[in-house]
Amino acid sequence: MEMQQIKFYQTGTFTVGNRLLDETQRSVQANMQRTNSLNSGHRACQGCGEALGARYAIDAAMRAANNQVIACNATGCLEVFSTPYPETSWQIPWIHSLFGNAAAVATGVMAAMKVKGRRDVRVIAQGGDGGTTDIGFGCLSGMFERNDDVLYLCYDNQAYMNTGVQRSSATPPAARTATTMAVGAAPGNTFGQGKNVPEIAMAHGIPYVATASVAYLRDLEEKVSRAMTARGARYIHILVPCPLGWGAAPHDTIRLARLAVETGLFPLFEAEHGEVTHSTPIRHRVPVEEYLKPQKRFAHLFGKTPAVDTLARIQAQADRNIRKYRLMDERRHG
Amino acid sequence: MLKQTEGSHAIAESVALCRPEVICAYPITPQTHIVEGLGEMVKAGELKSCEFINVESEFAALSVAIGASAAGARTYTATASQGLLFMAEAVYNAAGLGLPIVMTIGNRAIGAPINIWNDHTDSMSMRDAGWIQLYAETNQEAADLHIQAFRLAEDLSMPVMVCVDGFILTHAYERIDVPAQEQVDAYLPPFEPRQVLDPREPVSIGAMVGPEAFMEVRYLAHHKQMRALELIPQLSREFKTVFGRDSGGLIRTYRAEDAKTIVVALGSVNGTIKDVIDELRDEGCAIGAAAIVSFRPFPSDELHEVLSHAKRLVVIEKSLAVGIGGIVSHNLRMALSGISLHAYTVVAGLGGRAITKSSLRSLFERALRDELEPLTFLDLNQAAIDRELAREQAQRRSGPSAENILRDLAGGVR
Repeated sequence: MEMQQIKFYQTGTFTVGNRLLDETQRSVQANMQRTNSLNSGHRACQGCGEALGARYAIDAAMRAANNQVIACNATGCLEVFSTPYPETSWQIPWIHSLFGNAAAVATGVMAAMKVKGRRDVRVIAQGGDGGTTDIGFGCLSGMFERNDDVLYLCYDNQAYMNTGVQRSSATPPAARTATTMAVGAAPGNTFGQGKNVPEIAMAHGIPYVATASVAYLRDLEEKVSRAMTARGARYIHILVPCPLGWGAAPHDTIRLARLAVETGLFPLFEAEHGEVTHSTPIRHRVPVEEYLKPQKRFAHLFGKTPAVDTLARIQAQADRNIRKYRLMDERRHG
Repeated sequence: MLKQTEGSHAIAESVALCRPEVICAYPITPQTHIVEGLGEMVKAGELKSCEFINVESEFAALSVAIGASAAGARTYTATASQGLLFMAEAVYNAAGLGLPIVMTIGNRAIGAPINIWNDHTDSMSMRDAGWIQLYAETNQEAADLHIQAFRLAEDLSMPVMVCVDGFILTHAYERIDVPAQEQVDAYLPPFEPRQVLDPREPVSIGAMVGPEAFMEVRYLAHHKQMRALELIPQLSREFKTVFGRDSGGLIRTYRAEDAKTIVVALGSVNGTIKDVIDELRDEGCAIGAAAIVSFRPFPSDELHEVLSHAKRLVVIEKSLAVGIGGIVSHNLRMALSGISLHAYTVVAGLGGRAITKSSLRSLFERALRDELEPLTFLDLNQAAIDRELAREQAQRRSGPSAENILRDLAGGVR
């Protein structure tokens, strides 16, 4: 009988219909029994990448942990849209304490579970980029350094969206935010600033670090599942486009999350104990313009006179990522 | 069991007897010996079923405590001074979430100028954060109050601060009666949380609350403290039944029954005050004292009762509400409704300035003659202040005043 080999990239996007796969290979989201940990009816904006990212990640974590998961949430969009009193979208035990302490609260929950002999219960901390890379960074680093048995999920939409789109240390260069206005000689966010928290996490030597994008559901779920097999501090940094903050159409959330990866601006990789163990290859490389153009936060780069120099600098950043993480290299990681 | 021990260590032993399950530690003088003592007990295996976590800041210390308590563990931490301010956001949060955490404050001044010695500015700054605040007069009481604090916190589902004067108590060696484990177990049942993070019964804790319910949620916090006004004396009585000594309660009076002059203070200074009162009583002065043990909730009725027949009130304050004077005095106004008396606020002992018997004696003598100003700063070096004010008058760039005063006192500034 003639066999046809299924290639995951046959649609050009790594996506593959679940119907083509064996049941065990299907995504958690494709399963009718998925937990819907972040249930429908919440108040996120249309096209919210964070709502998707959180549901994907927590559902995958729930499956990996036999539904024994407690989540600690930083203040931010995810917290506000999911729990307007007296409603809650969370189907799991969930606590919100403050903006900057999610990692520490998770350490506390973890300690309580340990002392009570509940090793089956797994603890997740989660927050946006502001709550992770800025105000919660001290607690995050402390949790990493102690190698506390917590999985931290950062949903990175590259600015403080909940307070009205202000710059964070995860905002990319040239991006317009309410505090990096598109005016003056160098409009938008400054070049040469910001921090790469996945790499900082790696520098702590923790068991597992990964980046993921909501455009790559299977990859995201795989990384969460892998993180759940390890003990100790683990970190996954998930790119979650924000239609409001990025000035993009709600139906473009997944497209932008994919383009960020295909340009090389958001490399997908995994690291164990401080060393990169795998990076996801770019099969269809696209120039950064394709990613930037649909976003109004970069509109000032595409005026009557395109900001050629700025675009070249952003392209150089993407090229550097491609080299550094060997995203187009036969010798790439993994 | 009687033993000669350091205050901090007595507190550590007392906390350990309460079977805490999670302890978070971050060093800050003068509370550090307490968590060091506990850490050693955990590491040596003497304190079992307990996680001791070294964190990276006081903000993290209380945040870890919040997570642990919300997950159903009996949780303890300690801090002081700048550390309490650094965790301020979490202090309010723990109370707002109704988590029965017990925290020791080794009372210490707040900078600038940086100062490691004792006053009450730190805990006073958090008086309205929603925690119960108990102030220990002696190290025996400090040790005892921690046992009562866990009981109180867990009965009400509300956090409790036990305030212990830094150095004066924390570093003093005294004879302490350390209770037996059976006694503490008889007094303090295992922690049954009112709310708990548990996958078997998922709840969301920490939801956003809008104007439609915020007032009610806040009122409930106040209501709990009003219940504590009944519970604190009751727990103190039960404590006496089990442990055989008086400790805690809302206030403690001393020779106050027929006193026309009542001295009110918090913490260890009450020992000195009582000595001075004894001397003055021997000379026939009708003077007595009321030590406030529970500052939050504030025992207005009890203080009203004590002050109802007094002619004078002298409040010794170890903190300064800059721009108005005393914090305790202002709280006491609520208890003075319908009472007409002379009320004197005395700010004393800031940043570890010794409050001596002789200073208190001359202060009380002036009060008895009604010669005190409404607001007095005990043993203030007015001449040094006048010289600094003159320097500031003389030139615009007179420099940092703290350094100027120090140089002046060393005789280096003219």
